[in-house]
Amino acid sequence: MSRPSAGPLLEVDNVSVRFGALLALSGVSLSIQPKEILAIIGPNGAGKTTLLNVISGFYHPYEGRILFEGRDRTRLSPPDVAELGVARTFQNVALFKGMTVLDNLMTGRLLKMGGHFLLDAVWWGPAKRQELANRAFVERLIDFLEIQAIRKTLAGKLPYGLQKRVELGRALAAEPKLLLLDEPMAGMNVEEKEDMSRFILDVNGEFGTTIALIEHDMGVVMDISDRVAVLDYGRKIADGPPEQVRKDSAVLDAYLGASHG
Amino acid sequence: MTAYATTREHDTFPKLARANAQRLPDGVAIREKDYGIWQSTTWADYLTQARAIALGLASLGLSRGDKVAIVGDNRPQLYWAVLATQALGGVPVPLYQDSIEKEMEYIVDHAEARFAIVEDQEQVDKLLALRPRCPRLETIVYDDPRGLRAYSETCLMSLAELQEAGRKFDIGHPTYFDDELARGRGEDVAIICYTSGTTGTPKGAMLSHRNLIVTARNAAEAEGLQPDEEILSYLPMAWVGDHVFSYAQAILVAFAINCPESAATVLSDLREIGPTYFFAPPRIWESLLTNVMVRIEDCAWPKRRLVRFFLDVAQDLERARLSGGRGAAWRRLLYPLGRLLVYGPLRDNLGMRRVRRAYTAGEAIGPEIFVFFRGLGINVKQLYGMTEASVFVTIQRDGDVRLDSVGTPIKDVELQISPEGEVLYRSPGIFQGYYKNEAATRQVMLEGGWMRSGDAGFLDAAGQLKIIDRAQDLSRLSDGTIFAPKYIENKLKFSPYVKEAVCIGQDRPYVAALVNIDLTAVGNWAERRSIAYTSYTDLSQKPEVYEVIEQEVERVNRSLLEDEVLKGAQIRKFLILHKELDPDDEEITRTRKVRRGYIGQKYAALIDALYGPHDRAQVEAKVTYEDGRVGMVRADVRICEVGAARTTR
Repeated sequence: MSRPSAGPLLEVDNVSVRFGALLALSGVSLSIQPKEILAIIGPNGAGKTTLLNVISGFYHPYEGRILFEGRDRTRLSPPDVAELGVARTFQNVALFKGMTVLDNLMTGRLLKMGGHFLLDAVWWGPAKRQELANRAFVERLIDFLEIQAIRKTLAGKLPYGLQKRVELGRALAAEPKLLLLDEPMAGMNVEEKEDMSRFILDVNGEFGTTIALIEHDMGVVMDISDRVAVLDYGRKIADGPPEQVRKDSAVLDAYLGASHG
Repeated sequence: MTAYATTREHDTFPKLARANAQRLPDGVAIREKDYGIWQSTTWADYLTQARAIALGLASLGLSRGDKVAIVGDNRPQLYWAVLATQALGGVPVPLYQDSIEKEMEYIVDHAEARFAIVEDQEQVDKLLALRPRCPRLETIVYDDPRGLRAYSETCLMSLAELQEAGRKFDIGHPTYFDDELARGRGEDVAIICYTSGTTGTPKGAMLSHRNLIVTARNAAEAEGLQPDEEILSYLPMAWVGDHVFSYAQAILVAFAINCPESAATVLSDLREIGPTYFFAPPRIWESLLTNVMVRIEDCAWPKRRLVRFFLDVAQDLERARLSGGRGAAWRRLLYPLGRLLVYGPLRDNLGMRRVRRAYTAGEAIGPEIFVFFRGLGINVKQLYGMTEASVFVTIQRDGDVRLDSVGTPIKDVELQISPEGEVLYRSPGIFQGYYKNEAATRQVMLEGGWMRSGDAGFLDAAGQLKIIDRAQDLSRLSDGTIFAPKYIENKLKFSPYVKEAVCIGQDRPYVAALVNIDLTAVGNWAERRSIAYTSYTDLSQKPEVYEVIEQEVERVNRSLLEDEVLKGAQIRKFLILHKELDPDDEEITRTRKVRRGYIGQKYAALIDALYGPHDRAQVEAKVTYEDGRVGMVRADVRICEVGAARTTR
C-alpha cells in the first residue's frame, strides 16, 4: 500500500477526557495516516471507545486538540464530524431494526442527499434522479458485502454477524474518508471473523478508506493492521508496526501480562 | 423448435451463436441480476464479448486443442468464455466452483489446461496455490478484480485486460476469428466434462459439437422448445446438464438464460424470472417441498387446514391420473377452487407459474415429491440421462407420465437390457471417450456402439424404462434376499426430516441404515416442541428425534411390504449420524450422490455396531472445512432397533 507523504489524515494531539473524577484519556497523542489500517488495542477500560467517541465528536476533550486534514475541529458535533467524512460502527450494533437492510444502507446516504421536501413528496425530477443514483451506489455496496440475499430482510431479524456487516455497509454508504470500527468482530465465530477481516482489507484496498479499529482478537489485529496503538489506563503506551508492538515489553506487561509469565 | 439444420455452416456452437447474432442481434441471450437489476446481454453482445475473449486468448497463443479451465458461478462472462474457447478450436473444461484445491489440481493437471478463466479471488487463490504443481497452466484470467489489486503474480490477468488485448489483436488480424470459426468441425471436441464419479478419480468425458447438437436438438424437438423459453441457470457449469440446457439448447433454440445474483438468492430470482423451462435434481425439489411444508406448519390453523385439505385433493387426483385413472368426481369438481385458493398462489410463490415443462433427473425422486408438484399443476417429468450420452436418453412425454418409470427413448436413441440386467443404450450423443483414459472408455463402450449405463433396469410392456438401482449396488443379503439400497434410501429421503440415508445389507443378515437428519426441518420441529439443542450433533442424538425417525423407518418398511421382490429386505436397525455427509469430506459427490465405498470404510466402526449387540457406538470422524483444513469430531451415537422400544414397553 502506498502512503502519500501529505501528512496525517487525523491528528489527536495531547487529548485528555474526564468524566467527573475519572480521567478516561490523559494526554493521548496519535496520528492516523491516509490509507492505513490502525488498530487500537488495550485492556478493558483503557479508553479505546472513549478515544473513538472523541474523534467522532460524541465527547469533547477538556484539553488537547483534534486535527482533521490539518484543520482544528476539536469542538465539532457528531453530525458535523460525519459531514467531514468520518463514519463509524458501534460496539453494540446500532441498526434500525424495523427497517430492511436496503433502507438501513440508504440512511447512510442521507448526508449525500439534498433536495426539496415537495419534490421528494411527489418523487419527481431531481428527487427521483437523486434517489436512483443513491440506490445504485447502495447496490454496489450490497454486491461488495455479498448481502444480496438479505436486501429486503428486516435488520433486526438477521444473525449478529450479518448485522455487523450491514452496519459496516451503512458506514460505507457515507463514502467516508475515515472509518471508525468499534470491535467489528466481537462475538463472531472464526469463519465470520475471517469474512469480516477480508471485507475490512477490501474496503481499504478498493476504496482507499483509512480505517481505525478497536479489536480484541490479537490474531486479527496482527493480520490486518498496518500499525497498532496500545492504550492502558487512558495513556498510550506503545505505537508502531504489529511485529514491534508484539515484542514491546511495556505492552506485554500491561496488556498481555499473563502470557508474559 | 430449433432454427438450424445440421450443415457445415451450423455444425459447431460458435457458428450457431454467430448465426443467432446475425438473425436476432437484439434478442436477449443472457440476463444476469447484478446490482439488484436484471441486466441483459443480446445475441450480438454475446458474440462480440466472446470474440474479444477469443482474440485475447489468441494473442496469448492459444492453439486448437488447448484446454481452458473455466471456474465460477453461472456468470455471463463464463458462458462467453466457453464460446470464445470453442471459437478457436480450444476445449473448455468447466470445473465445480466449490471444489477444494486438491480436486481442482487433479483436473487442471489431468486436462493439461494452459489457461484458466475464473470468476473471482476465491478461485484465483486456489489456482495460484496449485500452479507450482501444474506447470502447464500459463495464465489465470479473472473477471471480478475485487481483492486482487495487491496480487503481483505475472500469470494473472483480468478479463477486461484480456478482451483489450483481443481488440488490439483484432486490428492486426481482422479475419482471424472468422477463419478459426470456419476451421471448426462438428466432430471436434466441444467440451470435457469431468464426472464427479461415485467411485474413484474423476473421468473427463469428451463430447463433440455433433454429439451435443444432435442430442440437444432431438430433445428440444421432442419437447417442443420455443425461442421464448426462459431458463434459470443456477446449477454448476461443470455439470453437463447446465452445459446442455444453458448453453447447447439455449444457442440452438435461441432462448434466454438467466444467471442468479448469487447462490443464496436463487429462490427469489426464480420467482422474479418465472422460468418456462426448469430443471432441478431431486434434492432441489425436496428442499422446495420442505420449505413449503415448514411454512405451512407455521400458518394459523384455519389456513393450515385449508391448504392441507386442498393439497390432499390435488395429490389424490394426481396419484389416480399417474396410474391411468381420472380420480374421484368430487375431487375433480373441487380442483378449480383449489387452483384459485391454493395451487395457483403456491405455484406463483415458488416461481413456477409459467413453467411449461420441468424435469427431475440424476436420481430417483421420492414419489410423494413428484406427486406434490404435479398435483399443483406443474408439469414435472422424469428424464434419464448421463454425461456420456450428452444427457438425454429417455424423457417422459406429456400425457404419458408415470411414477416409477423414466419415460421412453428420444429420437435416435436405442435401448437394450444386458443379460445381467444392466441398461445399455446407443445414440448419436455417445461421447468420444474419457480424456486420456482408454481403459475406462473400453469398460463402458461395448461392441456395436452400445454403451453401458451402469444402472440396473428393465423396459415395461409399454416400452417405458424403469431404473431399479445402480447395477453395482444391487445386491443380496446373506440369505439371498434381493436388496436395492438406493431404492430404500429414496423412500427414506422422502421424509422431510431425512436429508440423506445410506443403507447397508450386502452379505449381512439384515438391512441397516445410517440416517442424516435435515437440520431445517428437524430444527423447526424441535423448536415447535420446545426441545432445546446446541448443535447438529446434539440435535441428532435427541431421543425425541430418534422416535420421529423410527416412525419414518416404519413407514418405509410398510411400503416395502407391498413390493413382492423387495419385501424381504426391511430395515431392522438404524442410527442417526452425528454430522452431515459433506462433499468436502468426500462422503458424497459434488452432485450429492452418496459414495458408498468410502462411507463403508470411514464409518466401519458404526456399521459393525449396527450388526452388534450394543445400543451405542463411539465414532471419531474427520471433517474438512471449506478452506481445506482438517479437524476431528468425536461423538457417541445411539443405535435403534426398529420397533424394539414398543415390544419392551
